[in-house]
Amino acid sequence: MSDAAPCTTFTGAMRVLAGLLESRTGQILSENRIWRIETALKPILRANGLTDLEALVSRLLSGIERQLSDDVVNALLNNESSFFRDLQTFEMISRELLPHIQATRPDKVLRVWCAGCSTGQEAYSLAIQFQKNAELWRGWRISILATDISTAAIARAQSGIFSQIDVQRGLAITDLLACFEPVGDDWKINEDLRRMVDFRTDNLLEPKVPGGHYDLILCRNVLLYFSLEMRRKVFDRLAQYSRPGGYLMLGAGETVIGQTDDFLSSREFRGSYERRGGLGEVAEHTIRRAR
Amino acid sequence: MKKCLVVDDSKVIRKVARHILESLDINVTEACDGRDALTQCEASIPDVVLLDWNMPVMSGMEFLQELSRTKMAARPKVIFCTTENGLGHIKAAVEAGADEYVMKPFDRDTLESKLQIVGII
Repeated sequence: MSDAAPCTTFTGAMRVLAGLLESRTGQILSENRIWRIETALKPILRANGLTDLEALVSRLLSGIERQLSDDVVNALLNNESSFFRDLQTFEMISRELLPHIQATRPDKVLRVWCAGCSTGQEAYSLAIQFQKNAELWRGWRISILATDISTAAIARAQSGIFSQIDVQRGLAITDLLACFEPVGDDWKINEDLRRMVDFRTDNLLEPKVPGGHYDLILCRNVLLYFSLEMRRKVFDRLAQYSRPGGYLMLGAGETVIGQTDDFLSSREFRGSYERRGGLGEVAEHTIRRAR
Repeated sequence: MKKCLVVDDSKVIRKVARHILESLDINVTEACDGRDALTQCEASIPDVVLLDWNMPVMSGMEFLQELSRTKMAARPKVIFCTTENGLGHIKAAVEAGADEYVMKPFDRDTLESKLQIVGII
């Protein structure tokens, strides 16, 4: 790799790499994220004795190294995540949304799906939240599914091991003491919490997650990397897996507006979207008709 | 505007912390040891204290113990910010009344996150 200033426009090699990422994941590398390509792929170039991106693309185009293309895709994916990301959102989920869902499920079964879970902090935050409120959820069967297209991210999530930097972002010190133990310079989540989450590699565009409907789907800070067309496809898939009246949480700045009619913005729970066909929608429709 | 007292014997750390805190619209004052910090707290109670552990004159832990013995109109939130990253130190700090704990090295995201957790921002 040369020491020249980072590229600010797409080169031919970068277009091929961005195309590989989009074809495998649906995610787009826009021009304002070009800088990520060189930075993210430096370790792969070094490990494979390649001089620059052109050499990497030549190797990829030879078409015989699936592992190399997997590594490139994993490196280009953005795995930014933190515990209790957007604290107010998590507080709303914990104090308002989950108690509401709880009141509507007499069978005491709760299914949550973290779609695009990255390295697992969001799913573990939910698990911690359930453990802290164990008394409220006594007798409930709670399942937390967490999926991501990145095999590397899922492997890290499954390990339950996080760096000192990771555990300091969003995690209260009392939660660190209660839920983690030090392992060298890192921190490992307690085994019972690790087992609460079912981590799987999965593609949001073609999900193969366990069937049935989910009461709550979190797909936060994921869709911003997709084109409008791909976002619509993802919303179709999320709608298929959402229980009528179930809830979808998106990241700040993400919306369903203009992209799907399957979810309605919730009036009760800020920043959440309700799957059409639930009791809330039926009640609202009845009120409108009565007027 | 919230007020933060940064207590550290390292001028560099105080400068870095000040830079981050001011970017979060927090008013910053500085103290170079626990005794200096206690004097400043008695004169004007900050909303939060960012506290190093090992300092000359009075350590962070001694400051925290003195603070809990001192009668004040309001108790500031205390966030330890230290290279003492062992489990024993963290537990001791929490037991002594620290509200949060930052293990050095830290960055803006870490500090911002801890300030959110203690309700300062």
